[in-house]
Amino acid sequence: MDSRAILAELPRLRRYARAMVGDRAVADDLVQDTLERGWSRLAQWQPGSDLRAWLFGIMHNLRVDQLRRPGLSTLPLEDEDIAVPIRATQTDQLEVNDLTAALARLPEEQRAVLLLVALEEMSYEQIAATLGIPTGTVMSRLSRGRERLRLILEGRPTAAHLRVVR
Amino acid sequence: MSKLPITEADLHAYVDAQLPDSRRAEVEAFLAAQPEEAERLQAYLAQKEALRQLFDPVLDESLPAKLLDLAEPQAAPVDVKKRPFLSRWSAQRIAASFVIAWLGGAAGWLGHGQYQASERMAQMTPLPRQAAVAHVVYSPDIKRPVEVTADQEEQLVKWLSKRLGTPVSPPKLGALGYELIGGRLLPGNTGPVAQFMYHDSTGQRLTLYVSTENTGGRDTGFRFAREGQVNVFYWVDGKFGYALSAGIDKGELARVATAVYDQLEHK
Repeated sequence: MDSRAILAELPRLRRYARAMVGDRAVADDLVQDTLERGWSRLAQWQPGSDLRAWLFGIMHNLRVDQLRRPGLSTLPLEDEDIAVPIRATQTDQLEVNDLTAALARLPEEQRAVLLLVALEEMSYEQIAATLGIPTGTVMSRLSRGRERLRLILEGRPTAAHLRVVR
Repeated sequence: MSKLPITEADLHAYVDAQLPDSRRAEVEAFLAAQPEEAERLQAYLAQKEALRQLFDPVLDESLPAKLLDLAEPQAAPVDVKKRPFLSRWSAQRIAASFVIAWLGGAAGWLGHGQYQASERMAQMTPLPRQAAVAHVVYSPDIKRPVEVTADQEEQLVKWLSKRLGTPVSPPKLGALGYELIGGRLLPGNTGPVAQFMYHDSTGQRLTLYVSTENTGGRDTGFRFAREGQVNVFYWVDGKFGYALSAGIDKGELARVATAVYDQLEHK
């Protein structure tokens, strides 16, 4: 793990984090924590193995820890946010990003699989290794996630029947 | 080749181009006969495309400095006085990257120690919560909100500085309409911390919590937390952790926090 290799993964880590958590600053904090934990666990990385999968795995575990831990939800505030009054942008988000809103309504575990497939173009086996789950579970989460997202985007109720993955 | 039934997993693998050619032809034949399924898969393909369009721009954003900093072991000297912890970290990172190149396993010990330290940090009560609880406990107290009152400010400063083992003094917030009531000593995670209390002309109270226990964290910018009715702005500067708590709105509290921050920076 050297800095150039990490630097090369940074944009992808940020993209995935943004898609997972939505908020830019929270996502970057997640990436930051991922890098810190990565450095602190250097010994566990097998040189020559897939650095991207390793870092994504760390990020996934951090996210799981975060969601398990109750507590204050904090949001970082940039200095300039304090002094300068800014136009409300919430409605812009809604108009522009039906997809963002729909994505946020997916269960975390389904969203993770969906994004690793769509954004990272990982194979199902890579996803299974990254998330530490069996490939069959990857398939069922992908199937449910995609169908749920489709129903949400089409404005239909999401309690539809579940397809059985064979 | 014997034709196996087309499964849901096959359909997804088709969408994701993860099927062998021979199987793909079979799926295509299946879809030709099942327009509803074909339509469903079309929607999944569209989802993928839309997700890429939505999030790919993140790839082109310039990287935040704090992330670049963490990706790159730094050889350049860092301002030690301002960022003691970061510079120590950078040194460790540089060390770690050399050690792993030359000695392999030995790097594990460096990482091991860091990890334990961060685990210990995680078990401590976070700064904003400590501060919010201290605020909730002491600020409603009419008779004894503080141990030493502002009319003995000099003694207060001397006493708290001695107990914390480092100079601390209350910022002056008169210009913002907040007068010092006094301060007290409190138990933190591992030792003493200080609390200064202020009020405005309406009796609205505000507390500044000062911890010197930040041995493992990193400097942060302003962060905001809310605990029940209490809003908290907090930040970490070297070993100091500061948290400003009050039951007032975020904008007003931010104004005060900015003033506190400026005074502490320029002291």
